[in-house]
Amino acid sequence: MTPNHNSWQLAGEILHSRLLLGSGKFASAGLMQQAVMASGTELVTLALKRFNPGQPSDDLVTPLQQAGVRLLPNTSGARTAQEAVLAAQIAREALGTSWLKLEIHPEPRYLLPDPRETLKAAEQLVKLGFVVLPYCSADPLHCKQLAEAGCAAVMPLGAPIGSGQGLQNRAMLEIIIEQATVPVIIDAGIGRPSDAALALELGASAVLVNTAIAVSSNPVAMAEAFRHACGAGALAAQAGLAASQREASASSPLEPVFARLLETL
Amino acid sequence: MLSQSFNQALWQQWQQASLLPTLAQAQAALAKTKLSLTDLQALLIPAAAELLPQLLARATAAKQRYSGMTLKLFAPLYLSNLCSNECSYCGFSRSVSVKRRILSVDEAQIEANAIFESGIRQLLLVTGEHERKAGVDYLLQICRHLRPQAAQLQLESQPLSEADYALLREAGVDGVMLYQETYDPLSYSQHHTFGRKADMQWRLDAPHRVARAGIAQLGMGVLLGLSDWRTDVLMLALHLQQLQQQFYQLQFTLALPRLQPCAGSSNQQSGVSDRDYLQLLCALKIFAPEVSISVSTRDRPALRNLLLTTIASTASAGSKTQPGGYVLEPDNLAQFDIEDNRSPAEIAQMLSQHGIAPVWQDWHPVLGRAAMTPVAQL
Repeated sequence: MTPNHNSWQLAGEILHSRLLLGSGKFASAGLMQQAVMASGTELVTLALKRFNPGQPSDDLVTPLQQAGVRLLPNTSGARTAQEAVLAAQIAREALGTSWLKLEIHPEPRYLLPDPRETLKAAEQLVKLGFVVLPYCSADPLHCKQLAEAGCAAVMPLGAPIGSGQGLQNRAMLEIIIEQATVPVIIDAGIGRPSDAALALELGASAVLVNTAIAVSSNPVAMAEAFRHACGAGALAAQAGLAASQREASASSPLEPVFARLLETL
Repeated sequence: MLSQSFNQALWQQWQQASLLPTLAQAQAALAKTKLSLTDLQALLIPAAAELLPQLLARATAAKQRYSGMTLKLFAPLYLSNLCSNECSYCGFSRSVSVKRRILSVDEAQIEANAIFESGIRQLLLVTGEHERKAGVDYLLQICRHLRPQAAQLQLESQPLSEADYALLREAGVDGVMLYQETYDPLSYSQHHTFGRKADMQWRLDAPHRVARAGIAQLGMGVLLGLSDWRTDVLMLALHLQQLQQQFYQLQFTLALPRLQPCAGSSNQQSGVSDRDYLQLLCALKIFAPEVSISVSTRDRPALRNLLLTTIASTASAGSKTQPGGYVLEPDNLAQFDIEDNRSPAEIAQMLSQHGIAPVWQDWHPVLGRAAMTPVAQL
């Protein structure tokens, strides 16, 4: 077992879990806290729309602080760059963190990120000193532009939020990972632990999961399953996957034997 | 204008076909990933009632996918019961002998405070339809005053012009609720006999005006029981589909109250049973999973418990349905009878027992909205 396959670097910080969790959609704050603990995550998103700046120790923030995780406020609910930048500034003041998950998805059916507003907000927020982690389309050039704007990572979607469809954008995600100069965190659409394992096998730095855990009939067990899957996927990526091929290949290949035989000719 | 297609011929065409689908067609519809209007029609037939467990399971899964194990709570704030229309089924109709009242800004504040004290910060401002006494100037005044205190501000009033809706958006209105009442032109004209509301086209086009004015959320609905409810549900779905195609950023909520007795019309019934109601709400949720189903306190507690813990994304709680009902004038006649008198705290407790987390605010006032004047905190 390699000791460090779960470790990776984000904005100069070393993290020891490649699983990020969303704190929304849970049946209760207590259940959310237990799932967070079981997942082994160190980074949990917090929807600003549910946060009350007048009561920083509310029933969402306190359980997360008790769990000892780093808070990652997100701007979900913001409809434009202007709203996201405004919300981010309030979050930084109230929560004392400049880390921000930038989310602008003004379309209600598929909750797809708005590329124009996201890039605009990212440019402004980086200038304001934020560590910006943008939820974005699985578009390689868009991801490049976000990285150039100074984002600390990119968070392309595997499939629409909450859909649990897995890595529908796989071909584009592979290009994004291949070209990445910042960590790639696959966000949205991860429905099963095997999807998370696949994302990490493909070379993503981390995954973010929320719905798949929160609406499971046993969120705590599901969080643990995702922890194992992320560990397995990361270890596999580090070990190096065997190339896949169409035809069968024997476990003890004959080619070396033939090669030696041929050498005797 | 798209909504011009809602004429008598369209109504008759769909109504005549409304009971034709077979149970096999309903089963096939339920097996599809994406349902058409014809599939929705199949899910509404009486025979499809035997699929109710499957309908409820699929609709609940759709709700959980979009809203998780949560339910957003809101409360109506009735501002005025002045009304210049004559609607056969409504306790606020101009000819009904009921004490009329329109709240001043200060009075609206007193009522809002009572709602805020219950924990709810999402307000639905409601007025009767009186363009002169409760017109856009009045609404703007109230909205501008209450907006900074509310997490969300929705408005249910008479249909307005696009320019008026734009002014309301600038005043911070997040959403507008518009009930078409019925899409059956014949029934519409029979039930709405006087006032601007008698102009069905003006009302049909109102959702487009809301959307064009850039308001973010649109609530739509019919009053079940005014005409054939299956056809009204289908026409509502068609209207929704048209709007979704044209306005991809618009967030939709559907609310379908059932006709019930009121002052001036004490015997009316909707003819929609609880099981019918559940069936049609599930069918709509499966047809349009991204759309929020909203449930009011008109329904009795047992049914509310079921809906609020399964397919509903948003619900009112602790509602008073007359101006001044929370504090100023709790004994006056309400627009309709409340069946579920539980307080927001009691509803929240029930939800928690069923594994649903109540959401009291969905966007804190201090975060501001781009449409609003920047908040003082910045």
